[in-house]
Amino acid sequence: MNKVEELIVKRARELLSSKEVDKVIGWKKGEFYFDPSPAVFTSEEELKDFVYNGFCGANLSKYLVQELKKGGKIAVFLKPCDTYSFNELVKEHRVDKNAVKVIAIECQGKLDIEKIKEKGVSAVTETEENGEEVIVSSLYGSAKFRKEEVLLEKCLTCKSKKFAVADETIVVNEMKETANDRFSGVEELERMSEEERFAFWKGELSKCIRCNACRNVCPACTCVKCVFDNNASGMATKAPADTFEEQMFHIIRAYHVAGRCTDCGECSRVCPQHIPLHLLNRKFIKDINRLYGDFQAGEADEGKNPLIEYTEKDADPTAAVNGEVRHA
Amino acid sequence: MQEVTEQKKEYVPTIVAFCCNWCSYAGADLAGSSRLTYPANVKIIRVPCSCRVNPMFVLKAFQRGADGVILCGCHPGDCHYVTGNYYTRRRMSLLFSFLNYMGIEKERTRVEWVSAAEGAKFSAVMNDFAKKINELGENKRLQDLRVKEERDE
Repeated sequence: MNKVEELIVKRARELLSSKEVDKVIGWKKGEFYFDPSPAVFTSEEELKDFVYNGFCGANLSKYLVQELKKGGKIAVFLKPCDTYSFNELVKEHRVDKNAVKVIAIECQGKLDIEKIKEKGVSAVTETEENGEEVIVSSLYGSAKFRKEEVLLEKCLTCKSKKFAVADETIVVNEMKETANDRFSGVEELERMSEEERFAFWKGELSKCIRCNACRNVCPACTCVKCVFDNNASGMATKAPADTFEEQMFHIIRAYHVAGRCTDCGECSRVCPQHIPLHLLNRKFIKDINRLYGDFQAGEADEGKNPLIEYTEKDADPTAAVNGEVRHA
Repeated sequence: MQEVTEQKKEYVPTIVAFCCNWCSYAGADLAGSSRLTYPANVKIIRVPCSCRVNPMFVLKAFQRGADGVILCGCHPGDCHYVTGNYYTRRRMSLLFSFLNYMGIEKERTRVEWVSAAEGAKFSAVMNDFAKKINELGENKRLQDLRVKEERDE
């Protein structure tokens, strides 16, 4: 058990035993070491399954929406990037911040099991972070990797290690900021010609099986009734195909979270087909920064997002699309 | 024996124009009563304000076979509902830039501000847009083949 996990479980136990909170949202041990899943803990006994390891990439803020409806006070453990999503949910009145105790916790970047498997290491039993190195132990021995080889895409371009909100913090080791070039992927695509871009997205989006995982995991997607929930469309969990539906789904999904997306990267993490969905969201973020000034969703829990605001001097669409204008 | 003759239809693009009831729709009227022409393949859809146009409408238009989509609204500052077109401006800037990022030709989408007094501008804008779409040809990147088949039958 690592030191951070120890402190987290200890704190969760205190909170539950003192009845300060009714529930704790955290991560629960899965079948394997590398598949912990988000879970709600209501008693001290349940906490024996609590884990916090290198594979706890899941953003817990969205789970508050459902859990708060059932009443009671909740303590939630949030990594730096998750705190932004929390603020955004508070801003949109999806979460009552008075009913939540935010315990901000240390994160040194989370690991991508797919990347580790690609390196030929399976049956992972433990990982240990040692500065810039990760030691992965498995049933068949142990291997050493450089951190950037095995981190999740979202952690490679981590936007910030600052907590946007915190009632308490649990940080043992100092968190180092990542060299942030999160728009490089978008810029690379922008440099391509229209045909190349179209071919790229056609290749990526035709892999989509419409499992809706990207939508379900997204902390910004909290509509009770979603435009895509339409049984008559015959589109739910279909075979991958290259049709209009994929384009439509991904354009609208990205558009619906434009200006509200905190770039937590959960969509790309959960995609079973490995579609780089973050590139869609980041295009919107990049355009908003360019046209309407730098904006980071979730930095504060109040204020207006760029798409529900305007100024009289905003760029005209044609100039905006041609990339001629920039925010003064 | 019946002889099979191939019928080749000449390509005529379909252009959808969302026009604000308070300005460009009246502008289109003025263009008509001033005997100014604009292409017949421009299909005008009247909306109460340019900000009524949901991004989904634009995509739907392409799905149903449009080759170009143009939005016409009041000049910024002149909105009948005071601020509607300011929102349109932001929304469509982002949407069109995004469509271009997905590889859709940027000339296929456009926003123009046309007031009720600008019949001549309306006609000029539509002629110019139709010319551009004619040059680009058929929209193949944002189409729904199922819908196209139904339509062509």
